[in-house]
Amino acid sequence: MKLENLEARFQEKIDQDIKIEPKDWMPEKYRKTHIRQISQHAHSEIVGMLPEGNWISRAPSLRRKVALLAKVQDEAGHGLYLYSACETLGITRDELTDQLRTGKAKYSSIFNYPTLTWADIGAIGWLVDGAAIINQVPLQNTSYGPYARAMVRVCKEESFHQRQGFEIMTTLARGTEAQKEMAQDALNRWWWPSLMMFGPADKDSTHTAQSMKWKLKRKTNDELRQQFVDQTVPQAELIGLTIPDTDLVWNVVNNEYDFGEINWEEFWQVVKGHGPCNKERIAARVKAHTEGAWVREGAMAYAEKKKSSSRKIAS
Amino acid sequence: MESKNQWPLWEVFIRSKNGLEHRHCGSLHAADASMALDNARDVYTRRMEGISIWVVESIHITASQPAESEELFDPAKDKVYRHPTFYHLPEGIKHM
Repeated sequence: MKLENLEARFQEKIDQDIKIEPKDWMPEKYRKTHIRQISQHAHSEIVGMLPEGNWISRAPSLRRKVALLAKVQDEAGHGLYLYSACETLGITRDELTDQLRTGKAKYSSIFNYPTLTWADIGAIGWLVDGAAIINQVPLQNTSYGPYARAMVRVCKEESFHQRQGFEIMTTLARGTEAQKEMAQDALNRWWWPSLMMFGPADKDSTHTAQSMKWKLKRKTNDELRQQFVDQTVPQAELIGLTIPDTDLVWNVVNNEYDFGEINWEEFWQVVKGHGPCNKERIAARVKAHTEGAWVREGAMAYAEKKKSSSRKIAS
Repeated sequence: MESKNQWPLWEVFIRSKNGLEHRHCGSLHAADASMALDNARDVYTRRMEGISIWVVESIHITASQPAESEELFDPAKDKVYRHPTFYHLPEGIKHM
């Protein structure tokens, strides 16, 4: 069959909501785009453990500690589901994690910001996971079967993440003056980076049109960002915190919030590797990989030894 | 060197409760079968999703190819007589 015909048939399947499975024919660009997006997503889950892991040993109570520990474990799990989904497209785990450690692959820039106080853990759960959920929910219906199935699992598990963050923020906001200030400070620092999580403005986004066709995206970056602002502003008001945006105002005509301009200069700087923690995050992954090498090799050597000795017994 | 030491891939199947079959839920890397079981517990059953786990090394699975789909599955298409709705029954018949 001619390539154009194959491509037309492929697009028809997607239009009819028939999932694409690993062994099915797919255009090379579809495969590459999916490897890029799914691996970025997996890397984000893995790197996302670092800022929060920083606070596990300093959580203020056992209740907070078990919740944070469970959340970070979930993120490890989500990274693993997504790496497995990505490997079905014909790339190895080693290649994927190499790309992260060498800086060839990107991950969500939000994790290049530091977690300075306990309130940051609240802000991450509330805002960062809140934004992630908005991005992820539509992906449960994306066209690539293994990715869609992984996302169903991720979304089911993620629903407690945002609540635990908001509970931390609510408690601090209703606490002493110093606690309230800490919560406000965390909101001030995490608000704009959270808005940046939805990616460049539609007018500057290169992938949107193709991603829409493949159902990798159902709404544009700006639409999702608007949804996030509209649902988050009333939540901040409810607990008496102030969104750090002087241009924020309810637009009665459009029935949505107008909000200020994002600092795109900062966004691109962090994407290009010049955020506050880019180097630290990659260094942590390289260190874990290097220092874990003997464990990986030892386990493999043990498995091979056991296999060969059981072969001897059998013969 | 690096890829030589990559742990093999395993497919994970979980029985969510007695009376139901084991269902494929995903895959993971592990050095051997017992590590694959341990990892499967941590990765796929953090919320009581299962009471029994099977793991099988992915290379042991033989899969049909989409290119063979027609010859494999099309022959069943014209055998409507394998379904009860193919048969004509008189009005008013009961228990059939």
